[in-house]
This record gives sequence, structure tokens and C-alpha cells, in this order.
Amino acid sequence: MITQSRQRSLSLLTIAVSLLAALSIVFAIPSHAEDGAISGTMNDPEGNPVVGVVFNVSNAEGFNETTESGTDGSWSVAVPGSGSYTVALDVGTLPEGITLTNPDRATLTVTLLSNQKTVQFPTGEGSTGGESTLDRLLQLTVDGLVFGLVIALAGVGLSMIFGTTGLTNFAHGELVTFGAIATLILNNFFELPFVLAAAGAMLISGLFGALQDKVLWLQLRRKGVSLIAMLVVSIGLGIFLRYVYLFFLGGSTRQFNSFSGQAGIAIGPVDITPKIIIGSAVAILAILITLLWLGFSRTGKASRAIADNPALASASGINVERVINVVWTVGAALAGLAGVLYALSIGVSWLMGFQILLLVFAAVILGGLGTTVGALVGALIVGVLIQVSTLFIPTELKVVGALLIMIVILLVRPQGLLGRSERVG
Amino acid sequence: MDFNLILNQSITQGLGIQAVIFALAAIGLNVHFGYTGLLNFGQAGFLAVAAYGLGVTVTTLGLSFWLGLFVGLAATVVFALLLGIPTLRLRADYLAIVTIAAAEIIRLTARSVTLRDIFGGSDGLNRFANDFYALNPFDEGLAAGPLTFSRNDLFVVVVGWTLVAFSCLIVFLSMRSPWGRVLKGIREDEEAVRSLGKNVYSYKLQALVLGGVLGCLGGFVFSVSSQSVQPDNYGTDLTFFAWAALILGGAARVLGPVLGSIIFWFLLVFFDVLLAEAVRSGLITFIDGTQVGQIRFWILGLSLMLLMIFRPQGILGDKRELAFDVK
Repeated sequence: MITQSRQRSLSLLTIAVSLLAALSIVFAIPSHAEDGAISGTMNDPEGNPVVGVVFNVSNAEGFNETTESGTDGSWSVAVPGSGSYTVALDVGTLPEGITLTNPDRATLTVTLLSNQKTVQFPTGEGSTGGESTLDRLLQLTVDGLVFGLVIALAGVGLSMIFGTTGLTNFAHGELVTFGAIATLILNNFFELPFVLAAAGAMLISGLFGALQDKVLWLQLRRKGVSLIAMLVVSIGLGIFLRYVYLFFLGGSTRQFNSFSGQAGIAIGPVDITPKIIIGSAVAILAILITLLWLGFSRTGKASRAIADNPALASASGINVERVINVVWTVGAALAGLAGVLYALSIGVSWLMGFQILLLVFAAVILGGLGTTVGALVGALIVGVLIQVSTLFIPTELKVVGALLIMIVILLVRPQGLLGRSERVG
Repeated sequence: MDFNLILNQSITQGLGIQAVIFALAAIGLNVHFGYTGLLNFGQAGFLAVAAYGLGVTVTTLGLSFWLGLFVGLAATVVFALLLGIPTLRLRADYLAIVTIAAAEIIRLTARSVTLRDIFGGSDGLNRFANDFYALNPFDEGLAAGPLTFSRNDLFVVVVGWTLVAFSCLIVFLSMRSPWGRVLKGIREDEEAVRSLGKNVYSYKLQALVLGGVLGCLGGFVFSVSSQSVQPDNYGTDLTFFAWAALILGGAARVLGPVLGSIIFWFLLVFFDVLLAEAVRSGLITFIDGTQVGQIRFWILGLSLMLLMIFRPQGILGDKRELAFDVK
């Protein structure tokens, strides 16, 4: 029995190591900029790349070079050395409906000190023209539901892990990123069809979660490390993983090979891409299966028993650590799926998981920390709220609104919408 | 490989402005976490509020630098109260989430294009500390042994370490007073203190304000030393660096955060420069210059994890004095 489990963790380790090796092969592309480079990435307000925008970089010494943004929205100009450069964006080459947030800043003067300088041109929604507020509202609600599903997938896992172990996992966002990166490797490097790549990524994410529990969290629980100390450990782990991702992936946003430029279809006033429709359907299915599993399967019931009272659960013959390991596996696999779904709309970047972590917390707190259905409800509310709020407040401040709502919820109903009103203060 | 250069740079920076900033931020955290048991993961927010209070007063409103310091200080107190009133009744892990969210709210608001005219967007605000540098009594910089500071940096460093000493004195005096003993009591057993008739909530709020004000001095040093305040310098990483410094040195010890910042910053710079030198001289070929800068975050993450697991009391601390139970 012992050898069996040791073998299993060994094989998990092998998978993790080979994955890391694959990562380093894919991303260890040397970036030789002999003298220096000015670069940037053009994204629309939703984070999708904007292709074919023309940039001109010049300086007083007569250097003059023109380039345009590629399929991933990135552009780069090699420049002779440090100094002052003028970067001009040709506004005429922006696609219909996309404008610069600040039209006065289409031409920027940048000073190149080190070898690299990143220049960003933030974009906003173009004039909405004939679109009515109702149409906008419908579109934003649908966008919000899709985003809500991403948060829900991550939140359900976070909530399950919190419920059974009491751990507030600040490294949960990195599980989301992990799923997206695993898909990227399987899809772009091993050239698997997207569906296989996504399924494989979910599997690897689940194994990653199980491995993390075995190697780290189980040991800490055995050692009797307190929950607050574990919280700090999860912060440390999160930082470490984030910068490992950055190290191998680089700072840019990458798209999956499959479906990267898929055209949207119009359903009534709502514009949505087929990949998002299918992805959302899969997400809903995954959440439903998880809820049924928690409600009716033996292990699911056991996990709820542990959430209620670990000592009692253990005394009634439940193998607590095994169940917790399963919970970690399921939670990490769901987070991985969240990463896949999220990357379908915004691409894969090293920071993507951390960027939504606070929103996941907001959703889970809104629904009630530790309740699975609550996490789902909270996530959908947060998702819709964030998108719809852009009708009234600037897009860049939408996250601020959601975080403020989280604080207000904690003020008036700290147990959340569906939480039991136990003492949280 | 020039080991002299590596060592000199590490020592200079370990005693330099960055170490001062993290020492001040960590001293504030020490009041929050070490003495009172509050999990504040939004210390960067306190530093940002102070720095922007100063920057907005001088650059945006065109008022004097000294008034700016006062505005920054007042803004920090208001921020601490706003943050504390809704959250201090909550359990420790909720407080952690809310404080980190509050710091992000500050950063995102400050960098928004909408409020560009006030906060300067992602470029931030610049050149507001001329009045401070006008008082510089040093005629030239310092180049003594391994230490090299420019004239202005030397002034900032001297003022900075004076502030650190002053803050340590405040912490030392307040924590041996009856007031400080109540804080430690709250850390050990909140219910016991409550049953003695103390208003735990009010004491926690006072501790949050005191720690915030001490931390905000770090925000002043940060913004004055570079004559600029940029929103993305006040991200979550700043808070985590301060936490690592605090835990390394030892929480609930007056000198813990100071020692922690010096050692932590020395080690970070040491590995940074060592790797950069190794890359430049061709000893290491599999990473490039940009990636060297990312290694320090590996060190940050790993040291937080390992310290927490194997030596949560740090160098100076006492394990029995750590507030690691959820209350």
C-alpha cells in the first residue's frame, strides 16, 4: 500500500518534471536584441489582440522604422541604442470600433535607458453608434455570465479546499494559470487538437493539485502548522509559481493555435464566438457534475462531513487525508478548466490567474466562504456586475467596483448570501 | 566576475534607501501583526496613500512640500480608519483578503485614466521634493569603504535611518506601556481581554492607525528618494517584500523588522548582481538579463514559504509570541 502510493507520487513528480522540461523547450527562445528594442502589445478593451496597427518609431538622429502589430497584437522595433524616441501610432489603421482611450496620446516620446522599453497604447470602446443601451446591457450581461463562469470554476475549487482544510489559498490563481499554460503547451507545442489539449490540461492540473497537497499541504497539516502560517505559505508559493511562469513564458500574452481568430456570431443583439459558447457549456457541465458529486457520491458526502467536523468524520471511519487529496485534485482540475476558458477570451499570460484571484475571493465571500453553491451564485453575480458596471463607470475601474462591493458585503452580511450565520468576527 | 563590485553593491543597497523603505513598512506591519495579530496584507496601500497625499499636494495643487507631508499623514490615518471600521470585527483571514483588496483599489484608482489630472495615471507624479533637497547639508556624496551614495541619496539615507530609529523608539516605548500590553493581550486571547472590560475593537483600530502611520513614513522615503510616485510601485509585491523582511527578522521584536530588511535586501541584491555578473561574463548562458530580475521573486516566494514552515519566529523572535491561530 505504501509502495503503491509512493509509486503514484513518483509518477506525479515525473509528469511535473517533464512538463517543466517541455515548458523550458517551448519558451527558451532566445531574444536577441543587440542594441535595444521598443515594443508593446495592442489589445482591445477586452484584452483581445488588435492586428495590423501601424507604428512608426523615429528619433532626432534620423532613425525611422515602421512596423505593424502581429496576430498576437505584439509589435517590436529594434533601435540603435538608448536615447529619446518618438513612437507614433497610425490611428487610421485601428479597426472599426476601437479608439485610443486618450486620443492625444497617439504619439508618445519615450526614453530608452536599458535595452527594452515597452510602450502601451490603451484602447477604449469606439462610439457605440446605433447600439441602444438595452442592447449594450444584454451584451454585457452575456459577457458577464461567461466571466462569471470562469470565476465560478475557480471559486468552487477554492471554496471546497477552504471547506475541508480551512486553508485560505492565495496560490489558487496560479492553478488557473497552470491550466491555461498546460493547454498552451499541448495545443501549440505538441499540436494536439484543442479539445484533447484542454482535457489533458484539466487532467494535468488535477494531478498538479494532488501533488501539491501530497508534497506540501499534507506535510504542513501533519506538522501542525497553523492556518495563518499556511496562508502565508500559500502567498509565498503563489509568488514563486507566478515568477516561474514568467521566467519560462515571458511577459507577453500568447494565443492558442486553435480558434485564435474565430469570428463572432450575432444572436439577436449579442455578439459571441462559438468557442466561448462551447467553453461555457463545458464549464456549466463541469460545475453541475461537481455539485452532484458533492451531493450524492460517497467521497463527496465524506468531504462535506469533513467540512462539518474533521474529528468526527475521522472517527466514523472516513479516511480524511485521502478525501482531502481528492478535493485538491478536483479543485485544481476545475481551476485549470477556468484557466482554459479564460484564456480563450484573453489569451495566456503569466499573471492571468493572480489578476482574477481577488475577484474569486470576492465571489466566494459574497456567496459564503465554504459553501459550494454559494461560490457559484456569488461568481455569476460578480461576473455580471463587473461587466454591467461599465455602463456607468470607466472600464478600467470595474474591478474596483467589485472589490468595494465585497467589502460592503463583509460589513453587512459577513457570512455571505448562502453561508450559515456562524461567527466570523 | 568582480566579487568586490558584487559585495560593495550588496552592502550599499542593504544599508541604502530600499532597505529603509522596507524597514519602515515592516515596522508598521510589526505593530499590526507582531504585536496585535492583525493580518494586514495591504501595507502597500498605506505607503501609496502617503506618497500620493504628498505628490498631489505639491504637484497637482502646487502647495508646499511640508503641507504635503501633513496631508499624506492625515490621508494615511483616514485610510486606516476607513479600512479598519468595517473589517476589524472579522476573522483574521477575512482581514487579509480585505486589506489586499483595499491596497489594489488604491493602486487601480490612482493609475486610472479618468483621474489622470489628479494622480497622473500610470506615469504617476513627479518632482515634488525640491524643497526637501534644498535642505541637504552634505556638500558631496559618500564613498567610504564599500558604501557609495550620491549627495542626494546620502541625505535621504541619513534622514531615513533617523526615521527608522525614531519609529523603533516609538514601538519600544508604546509596547512596554499598559496600552501595548493590551495589544499583546489581544494577540494572545481576544476574549480574555474583552472580559477584562477593554474595548478590543477600539484598540485594534488604534494599532492599525499606528502601524499605518509608521509604514507611511516608508511611502514618504520611497516617493522623495525618487522624486516620483508611480502606482505600480505600490503593488502587492511591495507588501510581500515587507512581510518577508518582518518574518525573517522576527515578528514582535522591536529590531526584528530592521534587521530583517537589511539582511533580506542584502541577499536579494547579492543574488541579483551575482547572477547578472555571471550572465555578463558568460558563466551562465541559459538565462538572459531580464530573467535575472525575476529570480529575486523566486527567492522572495521560497523564503516566505520556508521561513513560515521551518522558522516562523525568524532570527530574533520567540515562537510563543506568534499570533498564528485564527481568531
